[in-house]
Amino acid sequence: MSALGKRALHLFLVVFAASSVTFLMVDLLPGDAAYQIAGDTATLEDVQAIREELGLNRSLVLRYMNWLADVARGDLGVSYLTREPVREAIMARLPVTIELMIAAQLIALVLSVPAGIYSGYRPRSCIDRILGSTSFAVMSIPVFVMALVLIYLFALKLGWLPATGYVPLSADPVANIRSMLLPALSIALVEWVPLMRVLRSDMIDTLHEDYILMARSKGLPTHTILFRHALRPSLFTLVTLFGIQVGHLIGGALIVETIFALPGIGRLLIGAIFSRDIIVVQGCILFIAVAYVAVNFLVDISYTLLDPRIRRGGGGWLTAPHIR
Amino acid sequence: MNPPSEIPPAAGRKSFSEALGESFWLSAIWLVCVIFFAVTADLWPLAEYDHMNWESPAAPPGTEIHAEIPGGGRPVEMKKVSLLGTDTMGRDILARLIFGARTSLAIGLVTPCIGMVIGGLLGMMAGFYRGRTEAVIVAVMDVILAFPGLVFLLAITFILGPGLDHIILALGLLTIPAFTRVARANTLRCARLEFVQSARMLGQSDIGILVQEILPNVIWPMIVYALLVVSYMIVAEGALSFLGLGVPAPTPSWGAMIAEGKEVLDKAPHVSLIPAMVMFLTVLSFNIMGDCLRRAVHPKEEQL
Repeated sequence: MSALGKRALHLFLVVFAASSVTFLMVDLLPGDAAYQIAGDTATLEDVQAIREELGLNRSLVLRYMNWLADVARGDLGVSYLTREPVREAIMARLPVTIELMIAAQLIALVLSVPAGIYSGYRPRSCIDRILGSTSFAVMSIPVFVMALVLIYLFALKLGWLPATGYVPLSADPVANIRSMLLPALSIALVEWVPLMRVLRSDMIDTLHEDYILMARSKGLPTHTILFRHALRPSLFTLVTLFGIQVGHLIGGALIVETIFALPGIGRLLIGAIFSRDIIVVQGCILFIAVAYVAVNFLVDISYTLLDPRIRRGGGGWLTAPHIR
Repeated sequence: MNPPSEIPPAAGRKSFSEALGESFWLSAIWLVCVIFFAVTADLWPLAEYDHMNWESPAAPPGTEIHAEIPGGGRPVEMKKVSLLGTDTMGRDILARLIFGARTSLAIGLVTPCIGMVIGGLLGMMAGFYRGRTEAVIVAVMDVILAFPGLVFLLAITFILGPGLDHIILALGLLTIPAFTRVARANTLRCARLEFVQSARMLGQSDIGILVQEILPNVIWPMIVYALLVVSYMIVAEGALSFLGLGVPAPTPSWGAMIAEGKEVLDKAPHVSLIPAMVMFLTVLSFNIMGDCLRRAVHPKEEQL
């Protein structure tokens, strides 16, 4: 418990520090929301009046303290520009982001698990080599290139799916799935590769264990050995990596949301940054940091609960720098 | 069911390394070409990369276009074949690709150096001294990781002004945590080994041990990781261009070319697909070379 509590405290401090640094940084950006609200024709007095009204004249520390106090009460504030409560703004965008994440990760799992099992079961076989070199090539395709190629093929050439736009699930389920398919595929076709590779290498390790030899010598059929005995203990690194990917996608897949014009968390954040809507930026970053840290926390728990032998970090996949 | 161990490892490994060798050299050739053209870009008879020709926007590859060459007093009209066509503003794609290689390579090659020097130093200190030093360094890195890099990038470009050098600085600082992790993990691994203990018994100073004993064991994994970061950063530049945060015009960059071409994807797909292809081949080459080096550094992992 104490180790877990320590970890939780550490993660809390990380979230706190991230939000403080954000507040400071967004404040350092020249120009503030008052200019944005006042518009191009406003006089300096107008801007001053708006500042007065929003409390932008108060000191940075004071504003941050106020914001923290509000957050502690569960109130993320109100957008300077649209007057929309930030919590509602995030909640309105969340379904899009979550749906995209689930769809992308489902496709990635469907592709990576069978491929990983087979490659691990027959390493150096013909299919394994083909998968190995394809995965290497796919790994080098940036997600925006993947998105453009998919749009070109399936929306422009074949005309099967819409190129951009979003239809809410409640409005038209079929149109919703059609509008989500290309964005989800763009992410999944890039993300399934690392999942397959870790599953393959763990599968190879597991198949060398004594109990697999035992099962084999008892004459159990191959599929029983693979799915009943070998798969579960080989899943840990995959689960870890999967968690990390989910952690990133909860913050919104910025590039994909931008290319496909999906109203998700990522677009909310970037729009708010451009218009200096500091309250919305703060809200989004708090949400992203908490979600990221929560997923990491779950992954940490699964490490210690599931299998103490799991290697931590080290691999390039897990420590890759990313732009969110 | 054949157990995997039945495959003769020696034979498999040989053909594997032969195949790898080929791809390694192919990638090396591609990268040498890209670097060569980027360095000598000024010497080729290329169209000006920022010359807009509104008569022939988004012309397909091989189109003959009118070019106005400012020579002496009056401009000379002449016809010229645009090898790869023109972009949405009628600028020559080949010229922009070659000059854009400078931008992409500058971002790809300089950023990992920033991360490697600072992150390597911090990681080695964390792994060597442990205790409070380590706790502080790890905590700071966690904060950087939990903090969205995009806000940081925006802050840097807004405070220092937009520009290639500021993007490089911001991206470089963002790679520090990852390099710190790699350096720390490898320092932890070898700080316990006998040669470090014996160096200490011989009375070597901390700095002496860090530089002479630990650095040679940490530097290779870092270089291997840096090659991976190179491709991440080339891609990151493209991502930033899509968000409207890339290298400011008129400096050409591959990412900006791909992003601009998105608008005419249905009528003139080459505008964004040609630079996309070049970026893909470059990233692939860096990945292949990084992978080959990794195998050379950790021969044990080769079986996987």
